[in-house]
This record gives sequence, structure tokens and C-alpha cells, in this order.
Amino acid sequence: MKKEKSSNVIIKAVSKPFKGEAGKTGDWRSQTPVIDQEKCSQKESCLLCWMYCPDGVISREFPLEIDLEFCKGCGICAQECPRKAITMIDGREAPVE
Amino acid sequence: MATSAAKLLPKEEYILPGTRSCAACGLMLTYRHALKALNPGKTIVAVPASCMTVLHGVYPVTPVKTICINNPFGATGAAASGIAAGLKALGHDDYTVLAFAGDGGTYDIGIQALSGALERGTNFLYICYDNEGYMNTGTQRSSASPAGAITSTTPVLSKLQHKKNMIGIIEAHRIPYIATASPSFPLDLFDKVKTARDTLGSRYMEIHAPCPPGWGFPNKDLIKMGKLAVDSGIHVLFEIKEGFFQLTSRSLNLAEKGKRKPVADYVKGQTRFKKINQQQVEALQDFVDKRWNEFLERHQKNS
Amino acid sequence: MSDVRIITANTAAALAAKLCRVQVISAYPITPQTPVTEELAELVETKQLNAEYLTVESEHSAMASVIAASQVGARVFTASSANGLLYMHEMLHWAAGSRTPVVMACVNRGVGAPWTILNDQQDSISQRDTGWIQLYCGNSQEVIDSIIQAYRIAEQLNIPVMVCYDGFILSHTTTPVDIPPQELVDQYLPPRPPVFGIAEYSAMNVNPLILSDPRPDPDGNMAPGYMDIRYRLQQDLIAGLDIIEKADKEFSKLFGRTCGGLVWNYKMKDATHAMVSFGSLASECTLAADLLRQKGLKVGVIGVRSYRPFPKAGLLNELKRVETVTVLEKDVSYGYEGALAMDLKSALYDSGHHPKFSSYVVGLGGRDVLPKTLADETYKAITGEISHAWIDIKSQ
Repeated sequence: MKKEKSSNVIIKAVSKPFKGEAGKTGDWRSQTPVIDQEKCSQKESCLLCWMYCPDGVISREFPLEIDLEFCKGCGICAQECPRKAITMIDGREAPVE
Repeated sequence: MATSAAKLLPKEEYILPGTRSCAACGLMLTYRHALKALNPGKTIVAVPASCMTVLHGVYPVTPVKTICINNPFGATGAAASGIAAGLKALGHDDYTVLAFAGDGGTYDIGIQALSGALERGTNFLYICYDNEGYMNTGTQRSSASPAGAITSTTPVLSKLQHKKNMIGIIEAHRIPYIATASPSFPLDLFDKVKTARDTLGSRYMEIHAPCPPGWGFPNKDLIKMGKLAVDSGIHVLFEIKEGFFQLTSRSLNLAEKGKRKPVADYVKGQTRFKKINQQQVEALQDFVDKRWNEFLERHQKNS
Repeated sequence: MSDVRIITANTAAALAAKLCRVQVISAYPITPQTPVTEELAELVETKQLNAEYLTVESEHSAMASVIAASQVGARVFTASSANGLLYMHEMLHWAAGSRTPVVMACVNRGVGAPWTILNDQQDSISQRDTGWIQLYCGNSQEVIDSIIQAYRIAEQLNIPVMVCYDGFILSHTTTPVDIPPQELVDQYLPPRPPVFGIAEYSAMNVNPLILSDPRPDPDGNMAPGYMDIRYRLQQDLIAGLDIIEKADKEFSKLFGRTCGGLVWNYKMKDATHAMVSFGSLASECTLAADLLRQKGLKVGVIGVRSYRPFPKAGLLNELKRVETVTVLEKDVSYGYEGALAMDLKSALYDSGHHPKFSSYVVGLGGRDVLPKTLADETYKAITGEISHAWIDIKSQ
């Protein structure tokens, strides 16, 4: 059986996966999460922030990193962290260390 | 074996960041963990016009690494049936067919196609993410909206009727697997989707998906609100395997030794309930108590 | 060796689906379509046809499920009539917009309210603007042959095809039909090629939300906007005129008979007066033309087989020498005239050739139409005033 002919003419709308479909959603933020690595347990037994992040922008490896290019700033991670290691600060930018 | 810790959830993400979904979207968190439990490379998802359409992005880009087929609002169950039949006819037996619709697309406009698909024993998993209203079109009332909630089509009097007993309707089809879940309990959600994936025949899951802009609570409280729904019995976590009912996760703990929180605690944090009066709160409490007792009785009979 | 059987058009349609080796059938019963779905169910249950059969709970679901099955690569079939077809309306648009090669039989029936189960063509004409190809059949032989051709056309263009034939007049009336041999059908219609992405497990989002203007893909190439995608459907439908004609020509080479391509004609060679119609009414017009020829009028008949895409050039070519045109049809665009009359008039306007033009609405909801009635009304149209009327109204 022959495959469907490949052609440059697009007859139907079919999307392919790519990062940043809606652009850099980090721009949506009005508050920015900041992790205090010393307060973070840095233990695999926790990972609650990673698990609860709807957008999956928190790394699973320690020290944890938040992808600020795409983090929408919802604040769930800060709210759910059992050690209060994440704080939300006003603005779109993380403070320069 | 129940998944007992976050670290046991698969690492791989199937939704690429930078989606069009609102911040703190209960549906996003639900879909994120549901996909981890499936095999997204070998899953075809049927989606109706809904927040799922928005989540899946604007042509020609999608953030989701699976095969998704969009459908008109009322067609999800039928489209999933067609996908399953087409795959079977072509000998593709390695795909999971997943239908993923909201409460409007399930309780209301999609109920006929869904009922047909279940009655025919279609080999597929139907997940209803229940955000209790037509959130994508602007928070209109659905038959899943709770009594006492202000919606954009019950703007003054609030919704006067209780939520439809969809699980009862689904159960009447005698399908092999029914479960409820919540993104506030991702491990339980993950395990149930996995069980559903590995069950043959029609499977139905209903996942309570809190919606911060639609319900009116702060983004940061998404998890808290989902947990409060379970703790108050507004949403109950259970599994029905071949008719065998069992409470699970936090609902099981509540049944065994806990004490349910009053629904008043649940409604007070949401602006959609801003006009609810004492009488309505009592009616909601009564509705929740009766349902909880029914579930409890079924659970105890089986344990 | 030919295999001629005395069968109904409904049986012919079911046999055509079987000969085309359809893989998924989904249907919901409605008179007069029901025998098609019953016969296919039996063929599947007795394993004479290896297909998945979905007994869905509505026509909306019937169309939704065949579209989805087609999207993963299956060859699909469904059938409906009247209100069932109307219930599919949303999904008919979806099928064409999705560019799925769905083939369906529409067994023409009048639509309610009030209820009628009898024939007219209001149902399929009301689906005219959904982006489907519509082929109208004059007899049961054309039903079996057109369904076979429909798969070839649909799969070449990725556009769905509706094969329309008249309820009861054809659907429940037995006539001799030459059943095409399976080997020749296989030769004419190879298996459907796999659709992109399913065999490869390639992540994709089919029919997503689309913007009005183009948007770049991840590689920076501009992908079309809504209007551009829809323009492609229109372009491909127009290109379909050629494909439909070729499909019939290739068919006639293999099977030794034709369905007439886009438009067929009867005694048009020397005709100065044309009767234009479609479906079995066009066949009946040939009897009326013979009656009028007995009166010394040079009358011929043009049967429109492809109503969408509309065979403008073919029709104008047939009509270039005629002095009068009389359109007869079993449908109406309420508040104006019959649909075919409107389309043909607009085609003639563009051509600059403006024959005297009359149109009649006849036979709605099964009202009997005699060849003599057609002849009498056409006679008046030829010799008298221009008229746009309903024929045979019995009570005002």
C-alpha cells in the first residue's frame, strides 16, 4: 500500500508539538516564586512542588529550578511547600543574587 | 500497589510548558498526571469543544505530545467509538482510546453519545473533568454546577438544583470500571487512570477539577480547594470495579477515622457562593450528608 | 459473465458498500434507509463482510463515528434520510472540514413537520452548503455504480461524497441490477492508503482552533489561517468536477457502462427545449420529453448527476442552443424557488445566453408525478408565459 502522498499543499489543520505554544507564559506573572535552597529539604521524599505544579515547570532534580520563562506565577508551589522554602515576590523578575 | 510518593510518578512530561490554560488550572494538573499514567505515544484522545481545546493550543502548534482529535461538543462518545472501531478494523490493537471532556460535554450535550458508547461496551476510557460549569464560554450553569452557586446564567438567584447524579447514570450501564479522582490527590488519580488504562471495555472516570477564575478563589489555593471538596464530602473519592464499590485515599481515611468538614467551610472561600444563604448551605449539607451515607453504606457492605 | 439480480436500490447500496470492502459502518435507522443498514448488519454478522458495525444511538453519532474512524484510516460507510440527515448537519460540515473521505447514501425523503415518510429531495438539498460532493442517481444501477465511484472520488480528493437516490421510488422498488464482479471493483478501487500519523504514532492535534490569519509553525514556516484552509476545500471541490468525470470514464472502461459523468442528456442533440432535473425525476422527464416530441416539439432532458460541485460548464454546453429551459425539482428554498433553478439561472446569467427560463416545484412529500403532468407543464412553459410555480397543488 502506498502512503498518503506528501504534498506542500495543506488541506487540513493538524498541529505538531512544540514548547511555548502560547508564547513565553512567564510574561503572565505578576508574582515570581523564589526558592530558598537551604530551606528546601532537597529530598526525593518530598517533591510536592513538582507534583502540584499544573504547568510542570519545576525541575525534578535538586537543587530545584523553576522555569521562569514559562512559570505563570500561580503560587501553588509556595502554598504547598511543607517547609515554606518558596516565597512569592511581587513582579515578574527574580531578584539578582 | 498504590503509588505512595511523588517520586514514584513518572518523570517524563507530556505537556510542553507555555500552554494557553489559565494559571493554576485544575484541568491542566489533572491532564498532566493522567497522561503520565497512560502511554501518550500510543494514546488517541477525543476532545470536544472545551477548555481542552484551548489547552491543546492554536494551529499549527500544540503543547501536548499525544494524538488528539477535536470534535464538536456533543460528539465525544461517538468519536471515541469511531476511533476504537477504526483502529480495530485496521488491526492497531496497541492504542488506548481516551475521551476527555468537561462536565458540560459529559453531563449535558454529550450524555447521549456517551451513553451509547458505554451501552455498546466500547473499549475506551472516558474521563470527565468536572469544573462544574461552562468555564470556557464564561462560567455558565451546567447540570454539574452545585446548588447555591452563582453562574453567569444563574446570576441573581444562584443555581436552584443539586448536581446531577452522573455516576448513578454511568453505573446503570454496568461497565467494568468507574472511579472518581481529584488533582489535589495526584497519586490516587495516577493509580486510577493506570487501572482504567489496563481494564478492558468501557471505563469512566470523573475528576473534580477546581477552576480558580470560574469559582472565584485565589490561584494559590487550587490544591487546598480540591482537598477541601474531598474533606467536606462535596467530592468523594472511590472506585467501582465490576460493581464493587470502595472508598479510596482521603475519602477512605475520612470513613475510617476522620471527621468530615462542614460544607460551610468549603463554600466560604469561593465568590461563586457569595449569595448563598443559611438555608441553602443547610440544603447543600443535607445533600452531601445523604450522598456520603449512601457511599459509606456501600463501602462498609463490601469491606 | 454478468451477475444480474432483481433488487431494490437499498440492496444495491448495501452490496456496493460490501464490494468496496468498507471497514467501519455506523448507522441509525430511519425510513426509507433502514434496509441498507439491516442488510449490511447481516453481511457483517454472517462474516460475508469483514467490518466493524456500530449500531449508534443517533445520526449525529453515526456521522461523528464514521468521521473519527476515517480519521484513523478506515474506509467508512453510513446512510440516512430526511430528519436523520438533518440531525447530522453539524457533523456533515465537520466531515468536509476534516477532509475525511466518508461516503454515505442519502435515501431522499421529505422532511418534517408535518411528518412524511415519502420522497422528495428537500433533505439532501438542505445539506448543499456543507462542502460535500452530492451525486444524484436516476436508477438502481447508478446507485451501485455511483457508490463504487464515490470511494474513488472521495479518497482522491479527501472530500466526503453523498450518493442520493429517491426513497421508495428507487429504494423499495426492484429492478434488474448488474452486480459488478469483486475482482474488477478491487482493480478499480485499491485499498485506502494509511493516513499520516496513526501508523507512526506521531503526536499531533487534528482540527484544533485556528486563527483567521496565518501563524508560523515551529520551523518558522507560515501555516494557513481558517480562510486559507476553507479556500483549499473550495478549490478541491471545483477540481472535483474533473475527478468525478474521470472516475466515471475509468469505470466505464472496466465495467462497460457509465453513470453520465457530471451531467447526462437525453435527446439533446437536436433539442431546442430542455427539461433539467435530477434523480429519478430526471429519468421520468425522459418520458415527458417523448410525449412532447409526439407534439412536434424538439425537447430533450438534462440530468444533473453532480449537484455539488455544480457542473456549470457542462450544463452551459448542453444548453447553448436551446430556446427554453424548464427546471423541475422536488425541493425548494423556502421563500424563493427551487435550488437547482436558482443555480442554473445564475450560471446562465454569467454565460450571456439567456433562454426563456421556467421552473417548477413538484412531488413534495411523495405527491405522485405523472410524465403527462410534467409534459403538460413543460408545454405551457415552452409556449406560454415564463412561470415559477408549484405543480399540482390541490387545495389552497
